[in-house]
Amino acid sequence: MSMEEIFHPMQEPMILMAAISIVVGAIVVVAGLTYFKKWGYFYKNWLSTVDHKKIGIMYIAVALLMLFRGGVDALLMRAQTAVPNNGLLDAQHYNEIFTTHGLVMILFMAMPFVIGLMNIVIPLQIGARDVAFPRLNAISFWLFAAGCGLLNLSFIVGGSPDAGWTAYFPLASTEFSPTVGNNYYSLALQLSGLGTLMTGVNFITTIIKMRAPGMKLMKMPMFTWSILITNVIIVFAFPVLTVALALMMLDRQFGTQFFTMANGGMDMLWANLFWVWGHPEVYIVILPAFGIFSEIIATFARKNLYGYKSMVMSMVVISLLSFLVWAHHFYTMGHGVMVNGVFSITTMAIAVPTGVKMFNWLLTMRHGKISFTTPMLYALGFIPIFTIGGVTGVMLAMASADYQYHNTMFLVAHFHYVLIPGTVFGVLAGYHFWWPKMFGFRLNEKLGKLGFWLIAISFNVTFFPLFILGLDGYARRMYTYSESTGYGPLNMLSFIGALGLAAGFLVIVYNIFYSWKNMPRNEKADVWDGRSLEWATHSPVPEYNFAVVPTVTQLDEFWFAKKEGRDITAGKFEKIHMPNNSAAPFWMSGFFFLAAFFAVFSAWIPAIISLLGVFGFMIARSFEKDHGRYISVEEIMETEKRLRGDK
Amino acid sequence: MKIDSSLPLEYSTEENRLKIFGFWIFLGAEIMLFATLFTVYFVLANRTGNGPTGSEIFELTPVLFETFLLLTSSFTIGLGIHAMRLGNKKAMMTFFITTLVLGLGFLGIEIFEFITYVHEGATITTSAFLSALMTLLGTHGAHVTFGLFWGIAILIQVAKRGLNAQTTNKAFIFSLYWHFLDVVWIFIFSFVYLKGLIS
Repeated sequence: MSMEEIFHPMQEPMILMAAISIVVGAIVVVAGLTYFKKWGYFYKNWLSTVDHKKIGIMYIAVALLMLFRGGVDALLMRAQTAVPNNGLLDAQHYNEIFTTHGLVMILFMAMPFVIGLMNIVIPLQIGARDVAFPRLNAISFWLFAAGCGLLNLSFIVGGSPDAGWTAYFPLASTEFSPTVGNNYYSLALQLSGLGTLMTGVNFITTIIKMRAPGMKLMKMPMFTWSILITNVIIVFAFPVLTVALALMMLDRQFGTQFFTMANGGMDMLWANLFWVWGHPEVYIVILPAFGIFSEIIATFARKNLYGYKSMVMSMVVISLLSFLVWAHHFYTMGHGVMVNGVFSITTMAIAVPTGVKMFNWLLTMRHGKISFTTPMLYALGFIPIFTIGGVTGVMLAMASADYQYHNTMFLVAHFHYVLIPGTVFGVLAGYHFWWPKMFGFRLNEKLGKLGFWLIAISFNVTFFPLFILGLDGYARRMYTYSESTGYGPLNMLSFIGALGLAAGFLVIVYNIFYSWKNMPRNEKADVWDGRSLEWATHSPVPEYNFAVVPTVTQLDEFWFAKKEGRDITAGKFEKIHMPNNSAAPFWMSGFFFLAAFFAVFSAWIPAIISLLGVFGFMIARSFEKDHGRYISVEEIMETEKRLRGDK
Repeated sequence: MKIDSSLPLEYSTEENRLKIFGFWIFLGAEIMLFATLFTVYFVLANRTGNGPTGSEIFELTPVLFETFLLLTSSFTIGLGIHAMRLGNKKAMMTFFITTLVLGLGFLGIEIFEFITYVHEGATITTSAFLSALMTLLGTHGAHVTFGLFWGIAILIQVAKRGLNAQTTNKAFIFSLYWHFLDVVWIFIFSFVYLKGLIS
């Protein structure tokens, strides 16, 4: 590949502008760190950290950044389709944008947001001092960051993937997608997928093995339950993606015949593998949101969560069913009536446990004293909007009716109606809810509520018209349409809604700056009159989490202890064992990144040399004698005094 | 460090127990990985295009040798862990070295087998069947290769540092990995080679 080909995308003015803004942004960050002499601080406290709370914060920072990357893609799409025969984007550019919008929003926004919140909250909720494998946790994050960086690099160097986020074959093969775009797809997703798999292993071990004394499985907070089940799905679904992506790479770069149209290849094999991972993936991003809503609704209704056991059971049933529905993504591709019938039934069956959860949330609020805080508003908004998404999901589940809806905007509207009120509202609710725990001050409520209303209203303005357009036959992924179709006005309405959504997200980010400047510091430990253990320790949380590990006898121990005037964190201090920081995960992922980058361009020798760097770090780690360090009793007393004195 | 003497050394600390448990979870993910590769193979096994079929290229003799070597290595690593629990460092190292040598022998035959296929014109690009076969075998072979280096790193540490809570923990986890590769091979032997030879 020549230099000219590699930098070909930059000939587009819009991409050139984006590239320049990235470079300028990078220069500003580097110059800022140098000017304020923060390089040492940044390296020691962030790049080398193994602290689950800081790793969680970094995940969320990347997620917010990617929300804007994916958001700009979305705005461009809506702008392009706002009027008939629009020439803002050409077909190729439009293809690239809807592809990266899907990839970025699911894998680099929703996933890291969920994983960030689980990093911050889970060890606190189960009364642990860190995750089971802190160093592995850092590797997970940096692998994810490497994959994220690689995918974002694609639109400047070599060209973005352009075959849809599902990358169906034969469209994604070298014959029909000759640029390196889909090489980026397979390698970037491979890196971040490995990171996610390690997260899965780490959090299952943490939750199973490191709960506070007395916290039996059925006494765990609901968010912890949802994360346990989510991670089980991760461990069983992500290896399928690993294989699918590896086969894609082999097909595209080594000439194998897995998904080809000749020599025995089977293009539909890709679609099956992709969705065997892809459908459980949907539940990987939705179940944590269910957990967050359960915590928030119980907290702000001031009532015990209704139907605890049925909540747990329904999540277990959802996780099992999530592996049995994948073929509903391609009913129209010609696997007979029997197969379609079976997948129709399993798909509709998922509505049952989901419905159980809905009623449990409603009954939790019944007779409750509800306080309408920002997190609670998201939870309340979620219930009706998500129900629309769920009901249209059952419509799509009917195989025969799906022949009408398939690949129309009706489908697009449906999955935005489940993913936005489900996942996005969920993580935003959790973000507002746990922010004081992370930083020791609240986010401003007025701005928070303004953000919510902008998002909730604009969301419906953006996506409800798409249901109608879809039923009228407007196919998804069309870059333009003629005026005679009559699709113009509703598309314009949708574009106006998208602008409102953008404003809402800007308010949320502005709120960070506003609250950082204006909100009172030294927030108390129990910010919201909460129920679970994370509210028993200080805000912000000291690095060891709990000076004395609390003992638990029942669900919501902290809540009942508070009512009875007991202090569950009282006890004698003992020295605390903590893991050492290490920059190795950062550098190791750097080598991973290089290996994948060279592999994108089939530069195998530099790629193998970079991989040797990865193995070098693994060997060094194996021989390293690192037994961690101890925090002395004096140091704990000092920290506790400082944090308590400020309350 | 708290040492619980009622448990074997590799289980003696909290950190060790977490690592063993975590590795079992990881093996769960590995099972999914190979299950997916097997599924791909079964889907594509009869889609040979213009290339040869399984019964045309499979030869039982080298495969039987491979099976014999790998199964024996699983036995010797078991003996190695047994020696480790008795605190016999020398016996443990001898059994581990035997295991790795057997693994190397396995790998040698597998590489020889691949070269033979390529000489017969059966390459990874020939047909969907061969792509799936070689990816499945190659993934297993890559795991064995990785295991050889891993095993050597552990042997060096045991030689230098003796049998302590850390080294025994690593050796034990490595033995889990090695047994797992053996189990995968039994499936490959039965459902790829034997099944391929019948049809």
